[in-house]
Amino acid sequence: MKAALSAYPTLLRIGFAAAVAYRTEMLVWMLTMTMPFVSLALWSAVSATAPVGRFDQKSFVAYFLATIVVRQLSGSWVVWEIIQEIKSGTLSSRLLKPIHPLIAYSADNLAATPLRVLFALPLALIGLASGGAVLPHEPRTIAAFLLSLFGAWVITFFVMVIVGSLSFFMESSMSVFDIWLALFMLLSGYLVPLELFPSWVRSLAEALPFRYTLGFPVEVLIGMSDDAAIVRGLAIQFAYGIGAAIVALALWRAGVRRFGAFGG
Amino acid sequence: MNDRGQGIDVAGLQKDYRVHRRTSGLASTLRSVFRRTYETVTAVRDLSFHIEPGERVGFLGPNGAGKTTTLKTLSGLLHPTAGRVSVAGHEPRLREHRFLKRITLVMGQKQQLLWDLPPVDTFSQNRAIYDIARPAFDATLKELDDLLGIGAIAEKPTRQLSLGERMKCELAAALLHRPDVLFLDEPTIGLDVSMQLAVRDFIRAYNERTGATTLLTSHYMDDVAALCPRVIVIDKGRLRYDGSLSKLVEKIRPDKSIVLRYAHRPDRAALERLGTVTECEEAKAVVRVARPDLREAVAHLLLDPALSDLTIEDPPLEEVLRDLFAQSATEST
Repeated sequence: MKAALSAYPTLLRIGFAAAVAYRTEMLVWMLTMTMPFVSLALWSAVSATAPVGRFDQKSFVAYFLATIVVRQLSGSWVVWEIIQEIKSGTLSSRLLKPIHPLIAYSADNLAATPLRVLFALPLALIGLASGGAVLPHEPRTIAAFLLSLFGAWVITFFVMVIVGSLSFFMESSMSVFDIWLALFMLLSGYLVPLELFPSWVRSLAEALPFRYTLGFPVEVLIGMSDDAAIVRGLAIQFAYGIGAAIVALALWRAGVRRFGAFGG
Repeated sequence: MNDRGQGIDVAGLQKDYRVHRRTSGLASTLRSVFRRTYETVTAVRDLSFHIEPGERVGFLGPNGAGKTTTLKTLSGLLHPTAGRVSVAGHEPRLREHRFLKRITLVMGQKQQLLWDLPPVDTFSQNRAIYDIARPAFDATLKELDDLLGIGAIAEKPTRQLSLGERMKCELAAALLHRPDVLFLDEPTIGLDVSMQLAVRDFIRAYNERTGATTLLTSHYMDDVAALCPRVIVIDKGRLRYDGSLSKLVEKIRPDKSIVLRYAHRPDRAALERLGTVTECEEAKAVVRVARPDLREAVAHLLLDPALSDLTIEDPPLEEVLRDLFAQSATEST
């Protein structure tokens, strides 16, 4: 682990160079994550005459721009990489290196963050200028947001590893990812703020992991959560993060054993 | 502890794959949705050999013989179904970091270089992953540069390199950590003749400088003939031969070819009295003669004043292997 930690800065530097090399592809990729703009247009029209719950037009602008920002900064695409490498056999060259492949994958993912910040920053400024966002200014709220953002990335990354690792056991696990994505769209707050749902859906969303990959950090960012809700949210989020990491590592280990037994 | 002295030990290795079988057609496709038929295919069976540290060994066999499966098992990517494997004192299937730092597997048809970045970035990445101290890294890189002539090509994006340039950088990336054991799977595949020679020279020089154990598979028999005093031949997963290359040639083809050049058309009937004539053209003939009769045949041929040149050649290795595999096919029927 010590060796992996000392290698990590170099992995991040190379990962960043790769992200820059793929900048056009990445930009197009990032543009596919702009679905909340559609929701924004829709909900702005709905709230033009009267607010919907706590949301007026400005709050919707702040909410959906924050959604895009959080999704940009906490997203992970490792599922595609894992599935493709298992199917093509290129995973072999990773397995021959004296570093855990998940550490290398995580560095690849995190290394793209600066480019994602470049994309997300103008949106954050627009959100701020719209006047609907109450951006956190207290250090503890900022710290809570950064923690929740990291927690969202941890859950997303390890869930993607879990789904990708299923490809060790089935022809392709892309269909499982599609199911995850559909539930994510509905229950994370990506298309509709969760508090606009009926209470039973809201309760369900609070119990499931999807909200903690997006809606929760968004609520912290735009000041929709009080201190108690933040602490409770962080606790649930990190419980999910640790749980996902444990399952991902176990599944990965079993998958690599199977890869060794059956040749992928 | 330096385990370089332990070499490679394979005892009774067997590797089975479970393969999904389905005949063509819609009915078969639909049936496979509900019930799949699998069968076990044995890629390697009861394979045993020992390789001394520092040896260069050619690993030969036709397509599907089990060569790549064996190399992958030796490098820890595949787990043996049965048998025991030890490489430099390690059990490969455990893929301990200490073991991975001591081996390398170069597959001519797969690459480890980062496609859109210059090879120098892959080199830096490997320096970090293998935890190579900067002075050792610089020294090894310079040494590899001297041997391979990498120079400025390491600073161009990998995707813009020619196949030969890429293979040079692949070899450098694979050897930066100075592995004790090299598994080379078709390292010259697709390369032109001059690049094949360069890679071949490099492998020999690296082995001589570092004493690294080298196990090489190649479909280019010239690679094997030039690099490997010893060959291990497998077919259908079974060991067919393990020994020196020259003895293999002698065993399978106990004759040599005498290539003759004349000022005029050679006398075929006269040549047939000496051996088997495989070629007889305008001014050239090739006669295959049993090794014990060679001296007498050459003495007789030299008496002909019309003879302008005579050379004695071993049969091409491709022909030797073809005959060996044909023999094993006959034995198995």
